Amino acid sequence: MNLNAFRSLSRAMFLGFVRDRAALVFSILIPVLFLLLFGSIYKGSSAPRLSVIEVGQVSLLDQAKAAAPSELGKILTVTHSANLAAALADVRKGTDDAVVQQQGRTLEVHYSIADQTTAGIVQAVFSSLVQQADVAVAGTNAGFQLTTQQVEDKSLKPIQYLAPGLLGWAIASGGAFGASITLVSWRQNKLLRRLRLAPISVGSVVLARVGVSLAVAIVQLAVFLAIATRPYFGLKLSASWWMAIPVVICGTLAFMAIGLLVGSFAKTQQAATAVANIIILPMAFLGGAFIPLDFAPPWIRDVSYAMPLRYLVTGMQNVMARGEGPASALPAIGILLGLAAVLTAISVRVFRWDAV
Amino acid sequence: MVARVSATISVQNLRKSYGSMVAVRDVSFDVEQGEFFGILGPNGAGKTTTLEMLEGLRQPDAGQLTVLGLRPWPRNPALLPRIGVQLQSSSFFERLTAREQIRTFASLYGISTRRADEMLAIVGLDEQAETKAEQLSGGQAQRLSIACALVHDPELVFMDEPTGALDPQARRNLWDLLRQINADGRTVVLTTHHMDEAETLCDRVAIMDRGEILKLGPPAALVRGLDTPVRISVESGLLSDAEARTLTPAGEVADDGVSLTIATRDPASVLAGLADRHALAGLRVQGATLEDVFLSLTGREYRA
Repeated sequence: MNLNAFRSLSRAMFLGFVRDRAALVFSILIPVLFLLLFGSIYKGSSAPRLSVIEVGQVSLLDQAKAAAPSELGKILTVTHSANLAAALADVRKGTDDAVVQQQGRTLEVHYSIADQTTAGIVQAVFSSLVQQADVAVAGTNAGFQLTTQQVEDKSLKPIQYLAPGLLGWAIASGGAFGASITLVSWRQNKLLRRLRLAPISVGSVVLARVGVSLAVAIVQLAVFLAIATRPYFGLKLSASWWMAIPVVICGTLAFMAIGLLVGSFAKTQQAATAVANIIILPMAFLGGAFIPLDFAPPWIRDVSYAMPLRYLVTGMQNVMARGEGPASALPAIGILLGLAAVLTAISVRVFRWDAV
Repeated sequence: MVARVSATISVQNLRKSYGSMVAVRDVSFDVEQGEFFGILGPNGAGKTTTLEMLEGLRQPDAGQLTVLGLRPWPRNPALLPRIGVQLQSSSFFERLTAREQIRTFASLYGISTRRADEMLAIVGLDEQAETKAEQLSGGQAQRLSIACALVHDPELVFMDEPTGALDPQARRNLWDLLRQINADGRTVVLTTHHMDEAETLCDRVAIMDRGEILKLGPPAALVRGLDTPVRISVESGLLSDAEARTLTPAGEVADDGVSLTIATRDPASVLAGLADRHALAGLRVQGATLEDVFLSLTGREYRA
């Protein structure tokens, strides 16, 4: 490989990238705006709080509140209403999470299963309240009481999964679009053919392109970390956060390989963009980038195992936010590298220098 | 037949098909060192495919082919630094200036930036050095593309339709550059569908149609080989039809009210006769052109 050629090709591609406003906007600006937007919206919100409408007098709930105001206040917001129909409508719409009524010794809880997670919490909270009341009535003060604690570490604020999620999406898009559009446009304007006629190895060209994409991905990582760790957003990096760097590198390779395959088949830039979008966008929703897998419905969690983006996102989350050791990123790294190798091997077989 | 070692390019019985479509049927020719060689023909004649096989971009189905004594297929790294290929005027890195483009291409061949900048000046683009390739005019982009093909000082230069999309003024400017490249001692092979371009630039022309070379030779010789009348025209009203006819009994005379045109195989006596009668105002003499050669070879009008 000719080092001079490699260096000047890298330089040419890098200049081409930084002078491309659209590429800068899509790979850096939009993901950062998403981070700012979501980071601000979800700032300070932690576990889902239940908003409960009390219709009529519910002595059970009132007693519990009186007994442990701060404990219950952490998970319940109670409003009063006299109109059952209106209250039920609110739950149906999702404005509130549950309606409670008490008739004699029967506690009636209405909730919606539209949000299964919330529905589960509603059931758990009220059955626990009823149990406590039963214990109190039986007179055996066994000291059971409702205490709730989020299963995640207290520091796991939304930014801890938002930042790796959005960053994963940004890196995936950057790699896939960068590789596919470069390949297709260079084939279209015959630059690919021109390079083939120069006495340089294909490896120099490919490595230069990969190098530029990796540099862009590292910049994306740096920008994200710089913003998300501001006190305003409050991302706290765990000890082995540096393991996110190899995860980012392997993720970039995997998504460039996806882009390479798309570019090998697509005939026009428009087609390449469309196909890359069809691959990346659903993956952002199903692979844990836009919807944190912890809060996603079970079917999304199941599907996510088939999404390469899942491994990029969770790999980063593990080492950046969950405080797991460096080794926790290794499975993700292995899967991403394996994918990159397989897809590149396929691309090499179907690669075309020319449109015809 | 044995290929002559001295030939810069030697092509024998070259064939290439795309599926059932035969692009190049059976093509043979030699190009000598220092020659300006043209492949002329309408679109779809097989010119580009022939050129691509010479450049080593396509594998011939059959036939013998050597370029500078080497086989271009498969990709031959020994050959690549010795040939220059000018592709479309848009074959550039995105968003790089003219200077950055040529320096990048230069470095691929291990050529200094100084030489790259000189090349930019040779094609007359020093003032556009800081202009991005996308913003160059058609003629300027074509010059840059040629500069990038020549930056490593190749012995042999291939150009595919170099003046394709240019306006007439830009074409003429580019012709001067192409002549200069050839005058510097390089062998130049170009394809064109412009008859006038082939006539004015090329030492020899191969006229191609439907995958075959119909005729090969110096343009003037091809034209002279045609037995077509010379068309002599002067202003109308200088001479009556009948009088004109006496000058060339075998020829044809037509007067459209603007010009009197005499088609004759004996132009010398017609011109002498017109001179005797002081009827030379607005004189034009048109011999046959390569278009006539094409017409006589194919029976079809030449349409590019």
